[in-house]
Amino acid sequence: MQYLAPKTCAEAVAALAACDGDARLLAGGTDLLVRLQADMIEPDLLVDIKHIDTCQSIEEGPDGFVIGAAVASAELGEHASLTQAWPGVVEGMGLVGSTQVQGRATLTGNLCNASPAADSVPALVASGAVANVIGPHGKRQVDIIDIPTGPGRTSLAKDEMIESFSFPARGPRSADAYLRFIPRTEMDIAVVGVGVNLSLDENGTCTDARVAIGAVGPTVMLVPAAAQALIGSQVDAAALQAVQTACSDAASPISDKRGTAEFRKHTVGVIARRAAAIAHQRAQAAE
Amino acid sequence: MSSTHVSTKINGQAVEYVCPNDASLLEVLRDQLGMTGTKEGCGSGDCGACSVTVDGRLVCSCLVLGVEAQGRAVETIEGMANKNQLHKLQEKFLEKAALQCGICTPGVLIAARSLLEKNPDPTEQEVRYWIAGNLCRCTGYDKIVRAILESAKELREEAA
Repeated sequence: MQYLAPKTCAEAVAALAACDGDARLLAGGTDLLVRLQADMIEPDLLVDIKHIDTCQSIEEGPDGFVIGAAVASAELGEHASLTQAWPGVVEGMGLVGSTQVQGRATLTGNLCNASPAADSVPALVASGAVANVIGPHGKRQVDIIDIPTGPGRTSLAKDEMIESFSFPARGPRSADAYLRFIPRTEMDIAVVGVGVNLSLDENGTCTDARVAIGAVGPTVMLVPAAAQALIGSQVDAAALQAVQTACSDAASPISDKRGTAEFRKHTVGVIARRAAAIAHQRAQAAE
Repeated sequence: MSSTHVSTKINGQAVEYVCPNDASLLEVLRDQLGMTGTKEGCGSGDCGACSVTVDGRLVCSCLVLGVEAQGRAVETIEGMANKNQLHKLQEKFLEKAALQCGICTPGVLIAARSLLEKNPDPTEQEVRYWIAGNLCRCTGYDKIVRAILESAKELREEAA
């Protein structure tokens, strides 16, 4: 296995394109190295993206935040203004694994590992962020929801990589939240997970909302009916109840060791209602 | 399997090694450098026995490649005591009997030091969440948590 640590994305994608065998990108490695040690994969090439400047930084500009693909979760949590603008994205990623895993694991890895239960993905989808994808023919922007195509699979070509995520500019009275259900308090995989992102006007009326549900289908999905229930409302009890119903209706979970389909369908609604209430509370506080 | 020449710093000392590209930092530390203080538990990032810091960041060394240490600064349990003077956490773990078999202990100590560097006055809950990735099958955690809290208290008093 060859190991490369290129300084630019151009070099990285050129190496991916030139490799005839199995080439893998290494960011935090918390999924990849487990598979490597267990001999589940035998890559011919590993491309470490942690030496590429644009993959390493959190930039805050007038158009919003840009988070590099190799930025570890712990760095997100330590970034005060990012945590203030996107508390849901940060808390979703912050639920992945232990303190040790947090020191390495990245949003990109969590997204591209393409687990239906990935904790960072519902809030990422709800945020409206896009992935900046680089390939041999240049850059393209891809909606987060279009990256995973099924468990363990993504829409990225063999010679493409995510350089960073661009988040939309944050207006006033806007906030997000991620909430999951697990049978204990820490170190577990979501039975259901929900990301809610919303904005309020001066009168407290919801003007914009996105609701994404995870672990209740092969990929994270948006629930437009839940967003519609919030938009135009005061995010009152009736709107929250409609969010719950819409999310339960939209879910198409399987039964597995973490929960039955019936339990998941019910629980995703309850968790969605609670996540929307948290996002609402945060948006009110973000005056 | 290709290998790579790596120049790094371990516990403040410059170290060079040539390691297979697929070797974990844990394997390099234990098998190539003879630094067996860092323990292997699960080898998949679940148990925390192999905890070290890389550029000050707490990680599982089984989930870091040896080649990734190039140009970084690694801290292991071997660098915790100052010659014969144990670190406060090490002293407290002995005093409070916060260990039995000892396999998890180096990882717990490295994790605890990392916490106290970040937060010198953690609550019990913060300690428990911070070390949630360090599994101990002997103590039931209570003595570990108390030893960490008491170390923090004494370190704060000494710094005051």
